Amino acid sequence: MFKKVLIANRGEIARRIIRTCQKLGIETVAVYSEADANSLYVSDATESYCIGKPPVAQSYLNIDAIVKVTKESGAEAIHPGYGLLSENAAFAKRAEEEGLVFIGPSSDVIAAMGSKLEARRTMEKAGVPIVDGVNDPLKDAEEAVEIANRMGYPVMLKASAGGGGIGMQLVHTEVELRQAFEGNQKRAQSFFGNGQMFIEKFIADPHHVEVQILADQHGNTIPVYERECSIQRRHQKVLEEAPSPFISEETREKMLEAAVNAAKTIQYTNAGTIEFLVDKDQNFYFLEMNTRLQVEHPVTEEITGLDLVEEQLKIAYGDVLNISKDDIVAKGHAIEVRIYAENPVTFFPSPGTITKLVLPEGEGIRHEISIQEGSEVTPFYDPMIAKLVVFAGNRLEACEKLEEALKKYVIEGIQTNIPMLLDIVKNEQFKSGITTTKFVEEHYLKETVGKPK
Amino acid sequence: MMTTVKASMAGTVWKILVSEGERVEAGQDVVILESMKMEIPIAAEEAGIVKNVIAAEGNFINVDDDLLEIEND
Repeated sequence: MFKKVLIANRGEIARRIIRTCQKLGIETVAVYSEADANSLYVSDATESYCIGKPPVAQSYLNIDAIVKVTKESGAEAIHPGYGLLSENAAFAKRAEEEGLVFIGPSSDVIAAMGSKLEARRTMEKAGVPIVDGVNDPLKDAEEAVEIANRMGYPVMLKASAGGGGIGMQLVHTEVELRQAFEGNQKRAQSFFGNGQMFIEKFIADPHHVEVQILADQHGNTIPVYERECSIQRRHQKVLEEAPSPFISEETREKMLEAAVNAAKTIQYTNAGTIEFLVDKDQNFYFLEMNTRLQVEHPVTEEITGLDLVEEQLKIAYGDVLNISKDDIVAKGHAIEVRIYAENPVTFFPSPGTITKLVLPEGEGIRHEISIQEGSEVTPFYDPMIAKLVVFAGNRLEACEKLEEALKKYVIEGIQTNIPMLLDIVKNEQFKSGITTTKFVEEHYLKETVGKPK
Repeated sequence: MMTTVKASMAGTVWKILVSEGERVEAGQDVVILESMKMEIPIAAEEAGIVKNVIAAEGNFINVDDDLLEIEND
């Protein structure tokens, strides 16, 4: 196993990775910006290095600085976590060139899946169902209109390099499509440096269900159940659970098989997630592949007993997977909620200083958190400050446990979305287990404010 | 009378949408901040003429910092 690993990330996920490294006797190297000097993950690590100023471009996205610290510290591998550089093909390639192990798939695979259009083409070849749409970039609004008129409205206009909802818009008419095309193309160009646009048929009221896979470097690929992540705001997940309360056993088998086929086709290695949209009739369609550890990986760990970070480290080191699909038996039900520093109604961020923090404790309650009383939540990074994960024998018990835990969860000094999470878990529609990606809009908010950046 | 448009939260000044001498209406967005990966539009509370743009794009500002001054009608 590796002796020393650098974690190119911050906050709760850096702590999460350090925890597994400690369990396996691996030394850890943390990197931090000036804004995170007092963060818990920095002191948890064996060694830590300041790599720059608070803005991510001057610290956590600075590939040169991170590679330099990795080499100087003697770390053999880099765990990128999620977000930041985790799906940056140039970073993975640089690590490969420097003789360092990037804990994730190869840079080629990251690049291929980073393009939604290339991913569509690849998945179609692999026999994975994709949403009706185009596989090549649209020349202009004229071509978009021509195709949409043939396909029928509504359609989703998307940016090939897009993410987090940026460059994406639902359009209902030809007029709307013409208006939306140029603006979204410009946004995609300025945010991702790539203005390639395409359209897909709109799937009404979809469920977001994703399959976790593990693939070693010796050709073994296994599915590790699915997660339902339909509860979203601003196209970002808020609550995730495993297993999905919606899909049938037959659909589950088909989705797990499709995910494995997809991963094998692209010769994927390490942990990865294939996201699908599932319609009300249980038809499923490829949405995208995330070539990294997911924020919501703990719910899979809770129902399977696996440590996904440990599996990632072993795979990256070259070990053969010592588990097969049949060894993984899911038990009980797990739900994760993301605690965001934000106004619970407008979703506007709420930076500030944490003046009081009381975490609920008890059997089946897990925290992933890197803040404490006195911590400052700065405006430089994502508003997610913690995750609360509950596990129980069945979904109803998990919902009850989550409600109790949220009631006891105290964060003062900033606003958080805890009131919103409580509303969700008490909602009858949520309790029924039939939740679509429109849940927050339909059951929680009359209107949403603020645009994702 | 002069009024000052202040930042509603800490963040980076992403875009200044108006320039000195320009007329703005009440409720019109005049500055966009970036905080926690979100765009936060800041609107003028009252109509008037922009007299002085204090903030600069790319600068980090704290909550309640002055962004620009407006001479009201």
